[in-house]
Amino acid sequence: MHADFDSVRLVEVSRHFGRRRALSKVSLTVGAGDIVGLLGPNGAGKSTLIGLMATLVAPTTGVVRFGDRTAREMGPDLRKAIGLLAHELHLYPELSARQNLTFFAELYGLDPAATVDAALARAGLADRGDDEVNGFSRGMRQRLALERALLHAPRLVLFDEPFTGLDDRAVCLVSDRLRQLASGGAIVVLATHDLDLADGLVTRVALVRDGRLIADEPATSGLRARYRSAVGSA
Amino acid sequence: MFLRTALLVLRKDFAIEMKSLEVLLTTLFFAVSCVLVFAFAFVKDGRAPEDAAAGILWIAIAFAGTLALGRTFERERYSETLRALLLAPAPRAALYVGKLLGMLALLGVAEGLLVPLVAFLFQASAWFSRPLLLLAVLVGGTVGFAAVGTLFAAMLVRARSRDVLLPILLYPITIPVIIGGVRGTAALLASPADEVTATMWIGILFAFDVVFVTLSLWTFEPLMTE
Amino acid sequence: MRKMFTPLLVIVAAMFAAAPIMIAQAPFESTMGLIQKIFYYHVPAWMAMYSAIAVCGVASAMYLFKGRTDADGYAVSAAELAVVFGLIGLVTGPLWGRKAWGVWWQWDARLTSALLLELIFVAYLMVRKFGGPGSEKLAAATALFGTATTPFVYKSVDIWRTVHPKTSVVPMLANSMPGAGRPFALSSLAFILLFVVLLTLRVKLARQQHTLDELYLAQEDR
Repeated sequence: MHADFDSVRLVEVSRHFGRRRALSKVSLTVGAGDIVGLLGPNGAGKSTLIGLMATLVAPTTGVVRFGDRTAREMGPDLRKAIGLLAHELHLYPELSARQNLTFFAELYGLDPAATVDAALARAGLADRGDDEVNGFSRGMRQRLALERALLHAPRLVLFDEPFTGLDDRAVCLVSDRLRQLASGGAIVVLATHDLDLADGLVTRVALVRDGRLIADEPATSGLRARYRSAVGSA
Repeated sequence: MFLRTALLVLRKDFAIEMKSLEVLLTTLFFAVSCVLVFAFAFVKDGRAPEDAAAGILWIAIAFAGTLALGRTFERERYSETLRALLLAPAPRAALYVGKLLGMLALLGVAEGLLVPLVAFLFQASAWFSRPLLLLAVLVGGTVGFAAVGTLFAAMLVRARSRDVLLPILLYPITIPVIIGGVRGTAALLASPADEVTATMWIGILFAFDVVFVTLSLWTFEPLMTE
Repeated sequence: MRKMFTPLLVIVAAMFAAAPIMIAQAPFESTMGLIQKIFYYHVPAWMAMYSAIAVCGVASAMYLFKGRTDADGYAVSAAELAVVFGLIGLVTGPLWGRKAWGVWWQWDARLTSALLLELIFVAYLMVRKFGGPGSEKLAAATALFGTATTPFVYKSVDIWRTVHPKTSVVPMLANSMPGAGRPFALSSLAFILLFVVLLTLRVKLARQQHTLDELYLAQEDR
């Protein structure tokens, strides 16, 4: 019933719009327990890769496999195992924190009574649950958005620039959460252009530039020094 | 799962709308202004030309509906929540149905205000002589317009020039709805009410609805995937 | 298709050269006189337009559901041709009406339907031009819906007009005038073949543009 897989494979995936190339023949495999850092300058194609893994974008050529099967073969149930947090946060500003979480819980077929309160507590918003989201600070929204994205305990966790606008404490919380998820068997993919924050967090590095994958290797310490020239102002 | 998802989306939109009633109130007010503008354009010596009332009603529905469509989807664009919806583990066409139902509810309320208003301004009694048939014409036309409109508004969410492209695409394609709505309504306003003509138009409108709701359900997912 | 192109082009050119002669020799219609002969261009233009719309609709469906980019080439080519042939019809129609009945536009059912379809396919071209990235899909949806609405437009406009009957602009001349059959058949065939020739040319252009894009991308991949 619950579609599951332990790896995501992109096989020679390209995506272009006319002459504008977003991705060119990218082959990448990510597995359970990995925290993969998709690193690269702005406009490199990181967001497109995330979109492909989230089934929101279709490749022009190539195929994306979840386990052995494609998204089409798995049907809508596949999305039960995917969680996405992008820069825009995907929250309804007119609704309260609780209402946002309840909506998404029900959308994923979860029992709100069992999950929403716990999620609010984890986000540190238990006392602000009934306040509208448009009154929240950026940090509060980020914490709520994080819980929303992870509410259904997805196997594939996709984060696109999750650290934007966060203070140090929040960055620590997010990093710890990601480590927890990975050690719990999730496949974590993190796209960011901030090498310092990725340092020490990611277990593997996939370097993207101009739509191409130029490096795919285990992470070592000192990411900034190693990749700075590759990732730095293009 | 399909219907459940559609109803969840509907309920969520309803909850958001209830907080401020922004879209509803501004749409209603706009529709009323529309009616007045057209009334001033057509009324001469205190009388409107024959069948102008039916025409004015449907123009107001079409214009107000287009605005409402744009505003409803603008909400989903704001925090990219449309992406989050597309990630739901349900057939994506269910999102379309949820949005369509919301649109129908909104237009239903608008028509609930507009029909009495137009009846009040032009020949009150004739409007309600065949209420069931009138309802059928309104439902048939509104569903057709909303079905195509919801699909186009959704697909244009990420497009440039989306505000002006929506009416450019929507109006020519839904002309049969406008014609059917106006002629059907006008037939019911004639004295005596021309039930045969009205029924014929109702048939055409419902055929349109079936074809275009089906087409929209088929094309929603391919259109919303980038 | 490629091999047939040049012979086809020659045939079409010959037909268009021969047509005016045949049309001039065709009998005059009693009430309208010379102006009636515009009919030999007017109706075939519609035939070409509706063929273009059908091609566009089918190609758009294939592009949208199967993702075949060559289908998109056919769709945009057919849409452009629909607009062009529609324009021919929309210009010749009022010219005829003005001369024959003294009125430029009478809301005739066929002309009005054609005007609406013309608007839909002009909208298609506008979406492609102004819609931003990904506009090919949006345009494909427009074409698909536009083609699907064609019978509804035709029927509803037709009924809309017959409630208030006025002079019909396109009487069944082919039936009433025995000598008009052959030039009419020639003209119809000529226009359809012209449509095919132009479509082939335009699709070739679209295909070349696509190849150019791919080469451009491949060159960067080196």
